[in-house]
Amino acid sequence: MLTLDKLHICQGDFHLRADLTVPRGARCAIMGPSGGGKSTLLAAIAGFLPPVSGRILWDGQDITAQPPGERPLSILFQDQNLFPHLSVAQNLAIGLSPQLRLNADQQARIDQALDRTGLQGLARRKPGALSGGQQSRVALARALLRARPLLLLDEPFAALGPALKRDMLDLVDAIASEQGATVLMVTHDPEDARAFADLTLLVAEGRAHPPQPTGPLLDNPPPALRVYLGG
Amino acid sequence: MARRLREISWPAPLAALLVAALVLGTLGAVAIRAGGFGVLRPTDLSALWFTIWQAAVSAAVSCLLAVPVARALARRRFRGRGLLISLLGAPFILPTIVAVMGLLTVFGRRGMVNAGLEGMGLPGLTIYGAHGVILAHVFFNLPLATRMILHGWQGIPAERFRLAAALGFGPGDIRRHLEIPMLRAILPGAFLAIFLVCLTSFAVALTLGGGPRATTVELAIYQAFRFDFDLARAASLGLVQVALCLGALAITARVTLPSSFGAGLDRPLPMQAPGRAAVVHDIIAITTATAFLLVPIGTVLARGLPGIGALPPSLWAATGTSVALALGSTALTLALALPLALAATRATWAEAAGMLPLTASSLVIGTGLFVILRPVVNPTALALPVTLVVNAAMSLPFALRMILPEARVLAADYDRLATSLGLAGLARLRYLTLPRLARPLGFSAGLSAAFSMGDLGVITLFAGGDQKTLPLALFQLMGAYRMDQAAAAAAVLMALTFALFWAFDRIGQHADPR
Repeated sequence: MLTLDKLHICQGDFHLRADLTVPRGARCAIMGPSGGGKSTLLAAIAGFLPPVSGRILWDGQDITAQPPGERPLSILFQDQNLFPHLSVAQNLAIGLSPQLRLNADQQARIDQALDRTGLQGLARRKPGALSGGQQSRVALARALLRARPLLLLDEPFAALGPALKRDMLDLVDAIASEQGATVLMVTHDPEDARAFADLTLLVAEGRAHPPQPTGPLLDNPPPALRVYLGG
Repeated sequence: MARRLREISWPAPLAALLVAALVLGTLGAVAIRAGGFGVLRPTDLSALWFTIWQAAVSAAVSCLLAVPVARALARRRFRGRGLLISLLGAPFILPTIVAVMGLLTVFGRRGMVNAGLEGMGLPGLTIYGAHGVILAHVFFNLPLATRMILHGWQGIPAERFRLAAALGFGPGDIRRHLEIPMLRAILPGAFLAIFLVCLTSFAVALTLGGGPRATTVELAIYQAFRFDFDLARAASLGLVQVALCLGALAITARVTLPSSFGAGLDRPLPMQAPGRAAVVHDIIAITTATAFLLVPIGTVLARGLPGIGALPPSLWAATGTSVALALGSTALTLALALPLALAATRATWAEAAGMLPLTASSLVIGTGLFVILRPVVNPTALALPVTLVVNAAMSLPFALRMILPEARVLAADYDRLATSLGLAGLARLRYLTLPRLARPLGFSAGLSAAFSMGDLGVITLFAGGDQKTLPLALFQLMGAYRMDQAAAAAAVLMALTFALFWAFDRIGQHADPR
C-alpha cells in the first residue's frame, strides 16, 4: 500500500498537496489538466523531488529519505528510458547490477525477460536500431527484471500509436499481475484509464485527490475533471 | 540545499580547491611581493602600451584580411576546400616557436623574401620588432578569424539569398542588405577573441620582439625576472598583466564570442557566385592566404626533415621530457576538467573555478610559484613539475568549454534514469559518463597535449642547467643561429604536436559508442 501522508511538494511557486493511499495491487490512473502536477507527483514518489513536508510510505515503511535507486519502485519516463550507447542486454543488465556483473542465474533471467516481452534475438542491438514499440518493450523488460512492487509510468507510451499503446498496456497489466505489483500511470486518455485502471486519481488545482473507481468518476466527473475532459 | 550539495561528489570540490589555491595563491604571493607600482620603470609603461596596441592592431589586421578569404571560401566550391578549412584550424595547436621559425625562414634576414628583394636591388626588411610581432600574430589568428567569419557567412539562411535573387539584387545590394549586417554582428566578437589571445602573447614577443618598442608585459615580466632578477618589479608587472586580463574578461562578458570550431562548414552553396572580377578576387584571396599559411611551415619541414637524423642526443632527451610533460599535463587537465564539468551542470561555482586561470597568465602564475617555492626549495629543481601544473591550469578553461555543453546534455537526458536505477560511482563513470563524453574528452585531451607540447612560457622562468623541453631547446638553437638544427627540431616538434592531438582526438571518436 502506498501512502502519501500530508505530503506537500513545492517547485518554484507551484504547490501540490496530497494525503491519500493507493491499495496494494491496484491499477491507478493519474489524470488532470496539463501543468496540474501529475509528473511532479510521480517525481516526488520516485524520489527526484524532496517534499517540503509530509511522508511517503510503502507498506507502512517511511521511504521519504531514501535515494531514488533504493526505493521499492521502478519508473518509466516519457522518453530517455534507455542508454543509447549500451546494447539491449546491457540496458537490462544495468537494472539488475549497475556494475554490469551478472551471475549465470541473472543472465538466464535476462533471457527470460527478453522472451517474455517479445524481444528474442534483439539482445545485442543498440536502442537506436529498434522501433519505438521495441524500445518501450526493453524498458518494460527492465522493470520486469527489477521486480519492484511499485511501477510508475509517466506516459512512456505517449509517442506510440493507439494499437501499439494498447499492446503495451496489456503487457504492463500481465507483468504487474504476475508480480502482484501496484501501478500508477499518468494518462491523458480517458479510454486508457477505463481499459487499464480500476482506480483514478485526479490531480488538479494544487491537490492530488484520493483515488476513486475509474468508471463512476469518469461517468460523473467533478467540475475540474469535467473542464479537462471537455463536453 | 543540503541534499543538492550531497549530489556533488568529492572530486569536484577538490579540483576547484586546487585550481583556486594555485591561481589565487600565486596571485596573492605576487601581490605581496610586488613592490607597489613605484618600482615600475618608464619602459614598463611603454610595455603596457605596446601590449594593448599590438593586440588591437593584430586583431584588426587579422579580421580585415579574413573577410575576403572567408567570402571566397563561402561562395566557391573547389577540390581540397574541406581540407583547407580543416587546415585553418591547425594554427590553433601549432607550437608558436615553430611558426616563428617558419616566418624567419620566409621573412627573416636570409629568408626568401629578402633574397627576392635583394635580387631586384631593393633594400631588405627586418622581421624583428613590432611589425614582426604583428606578422606572427596575424599568421596565427588570420585562420581563426577566417573560420569565425565563414561561420557567419554560412549562417545566413539560403532563403535570404533566394529572396535576394527573386528581388533582383545585384552584388552591391547583397552586400548592403545581407553581408554587411552579418559582418557587423560577427566582427566585434572575432576582434575581441583575437585581441584577448594577443594580450598574453609571450613566445612571439620573446623571439621577434624585445627592445624598448616591442616588449609586451609578459616579456617584461620575464626580463625583470631573468635579466635583472628584480622580483618586486616582476611581481608588479604581474599585477599589471592581471589587471589587463580582468579588464578584457569584463569586456568579453558583454559580447558573445563566435565559435571557430564545430560542424556546418560544408552546407550546400548558399549563394550564386557573381561575375568574373569576383572570381579573380576569390582566387587571389584563397591563394595568398594559403601561401601565407603553408609556405613558412613547408619551408621549415623541407629544411628540417633531412637533418632529423643528425640531431644530438640532448635534443632527443628534451623531446622525451616534452612528451612526458604533455601526457602528464593532459591527465591533470582532464582530472580537473571532468569533475568540474559534471558539477557545473548543478553548481555555478564549479564553472567559475574552471575559468579562474583566465584571470592570470602563465608567467604570472610562474612568478607567484617562484616566490612561494624559493624559501623552501631551489625552484630550478622543480622546473618540470611547475611547467606541468601551469600548462594543465592554462588548458583547463578550454577543456571545460569543450566538455561542459555535452555534460549539460548528459545531465538533462540521463541523470534521472541513472539515479532511478541506482547507477552511481565508478560504474556510472564507466558505463555512462565516459562513453557519452568520449568525444569532447578526446578533443580536449588533444588540445591540452598540443598546448603543453608546444608551450614556451613558464619553463623559461625556471629552466636552468639540463632540464629542457623541446620548445626551449629549439629556442636556444635559434638564439645560437644554428638554423639547420633548429629547423630539424621544429619539424620534430610540429610532428609530435599534431600526432598527440590527432591520437587523443581519434581515441575520443573511437571510444564514442554512437
